[in-house]
This record gives sequence, structure tokens and C-alpha cells, in this order.
Amino acid sequence: MLAARVMLDHGIHVEGINFYTGFCVEGHTQAIRREARAKPKRNNALWVAEQLGIKLHIVDVIEEYKDVVINPKHGYGANLNPCLDCKGFMVRKAREWMEANRFDFIVTGEVLGQRPMSQRRDTMPVVARESGAFDRLLRPLCAKLLPPTLPEREGWVTREGLFDFNGRSRKPQMALAEHFGLTDYAQPAGGCCFLTNAQYSHKLTDLWQARGERRYELEDILLLKVGRHLRPRPHFKLIVARDDGENNFLLGFRDRYTQVFVTSHPGPLALIDGEPNAEDLHLAARLTARFGQGREAERVAVDITDRTGRTQTLDVAPLPADQVPAAWYL
Amino acid sequence: MTHHVVDARYLLCPLPVIRTQQAVAKLAPGDTVEVCATDPGALHDIPTWCRIHGHEVLATRQDETEVRITVRINRA
Repeated sequence: MLAARVMLDHGIHVEGINFYTGFCVEGHTQAIRREARAKPKRNNALWVAEQLGIKLHIVDVIEEYKDVVINPKHGYGANLNPCLDCKGFMVRKAREWMEANRFDFIVTGEVLGQRPMSQRRDTMPVVARESGAFDRLLRPLCAKLLPPTLPEREGWVTREGLFDFNGRSRKPQMALAEHFGLTDYAQPAGGCCFLTNAQYSHKLTDLWQARGERRYELEDILLLKVGRHLRPRPHFKLIVARDDGENNFLLGFRDRYTQVFVTSHPGPLALIDGEPNAEDLHLAARLTARFGQGREAERVAVDITDRTGRTQTLDVAPLPADQVPAAWYL
Repeated sequence: MTHHVVDARYLLCPLPVIRTQQAVAKLAPGDTVEVCATDPGALHDIPTWCRIHGHEVLATRQDETEVRITVRINRA
């Protein structure tokens, strides 16, 4: 937001690009949960574009991004976050968009020393080089600490009107935001990618282990954001909705997964990912009942519907809490 | 003038916006698009996207499980 605002001050025509990888965290990603519906909802990129009065293009890079996640040349951060590869990939996509749409240069909000992988003095040139953007990549917030780029040499922007922000502190950015009269902005300290989240990364690792190969589809990574995930056996896991909103969301996947639903008491919908046998289905029914209002009942009725739509009803005892090992929770 | 329906049900933000954007790119000014989504965030995001790009939201509707937004395409 700040970098774009600085460029607007230089009289540059700016349009925003927001890449959707499938792992992006938005403030209202959890809005499918009923409890989150009362909270303010907005897509930050759209909101910023509207505040700045610029166009925003949201680009679907889900398929191409898989290779970044699965085979990061520069490795992962603390979790499954391939930050340096990701930055190089996104700037490359921005360069391709720039060339296709006859723009002149790319602007990012990077600050030298702000992030441990992708914004170091030694890695920022890697992004410029591997993306193919080279000196058409301008980082207005720290440009004075870097060699002059093409927009500066050509006089499209003045170096004096750029900044020398450095390090992890956000205070200079906050002061600049105040200078521009920007009082409302997204949380500045990252957290915009599920791959930086330890629990999410654990669930993705589990998915790869269960399949015996490192691959995923969009549906897989969407489902990792929804519900409780429990793996009671290596060959199947259960995704249990946490409220009506998630029940409704999971219903959309019922033709691709075996579904489990308690009919005798109010309770959640659960999906089974894997190939359960009859004994597994019995366990899944007991486990699903554990999360419904019939958890204290002696017996509950559970409908299990397979992918062909065939339903069987089981009469089971809900699994007591002390028989659900912590290791089952992903 | 033609009317198109975009099924963005069971997609999470910002995919309903992306699907809308992709549909609009193929249509002419005056055409309309009706987007159906289950992520209630679409009710905020698609009108914002329309304001940014100069398109007009003709109607929004929300029930327990779905939202529907009808957009008329203007010249960008």
C-alpha cells in the first residue's frame, strides 16, 4: 500500500496485482464459520486498491505455484513456507504481466532486512535476477540503500523521493502512513500465507505422507482450512465441521468423499478422506458422534453415505474423550 | 446484451472474484453476470471489485447458505 502510494506521489500510473496461490489468508477466509460472520470482512488487496484509487488485478496462479511449494530451490522457512522462491515466482509473474500489458516497471513494498529469507541484502538481488525483472524492479521503501534502478536512471522517479527503510521495525512505515493520512491498514507483520502456519503445514505434510507423494489439488488445500482434521488410521482421516457454516461448506464436497452425519442428535457433518473399511466406518461414526450434542448419549444413529450416494445407518456409542488420542488431531 | 451465470459455490475468497473477473473479461458492455457463491465474503469483495473497475452491481441477495450478486458490465 505504502509503496504504491509513494509511486502515485511521483505521478506514476499504478495498477495492483494480487496473486492467488490457494494458500493466501484473508481476514474473512474464516467467514464460512458462523461465529465469524459478525466480524468485518474485506479482502485487503481490494480494499487497499479502492483506498488508493487504483485498479487491482487478481491473478490465479494456483497450478503454477504448486512447483514452488513442492520443489523450492531455496528451501523452506520455519514451516512449509518457500519465501524466497515465492518472491521470485511472484515478481516473475508480475514481469510477465508488465510485459503483456505494456507497463514499464514493477514496484514492491519490500524493505531491506525486514524478513529473514526474502528481504536480506544478499537475497533481494536473487529475486530481481531469478524473476527476470532485473533493474525494472523498484523497491521504493528501501531504494536509497540499493543500486539505482531503471526508473531512477530514466528520471521516471526521483531517488530523493524514495526511502531508506531498513530492518524489522515497522515504525518508519507507520510514520510514512501517518504522513499520507493512512490510518487503517492490514497487520504489517506477515501472517498472510497459510504455509507460514505450523498447524497448516503439519496438515499438508500429513496429506503428502498419507498419499505417498508430494502433490495436492486446490480442493485439498481448501479443505485443510476447514474443520477439525483427525487421522485415526494411516489410510483415512476425518474432517469434522465445527459449526453450521462449515457444515454447509463441507456439503459441497459430499459427492467426492464419504460423509458421516449424526441423525439422532444435532451434530456436525464429517467427510472421510481415504479408503475406509467397515471397521473404520464404525470408528468414524463414533468419532463424529463425539463432536455432536449426543456425545453423552449411550447410543446415537449415524448415517454414512458413500461417494455413490448409498447410505447405511449405524447405531454406535460416541467415542469418549479419553479414547481420542491427541496424536489423532492434525 | 446477454446474461451469464458464474457458479462460485464452495470456493473461498478471492476465487469468487477471480471467476467474476474471468467472466467479465469475455463479455461486452451492457452484458450482465450473476455470481452465485457460498463464501459470504463475496458479498463485500465483488461489489468492491466492481467499484474499482467501474462496473455496476444491480442486485445482491443473501440467504442462509448462498449469496447472489448481479453485475452489469460497463466499459472499463
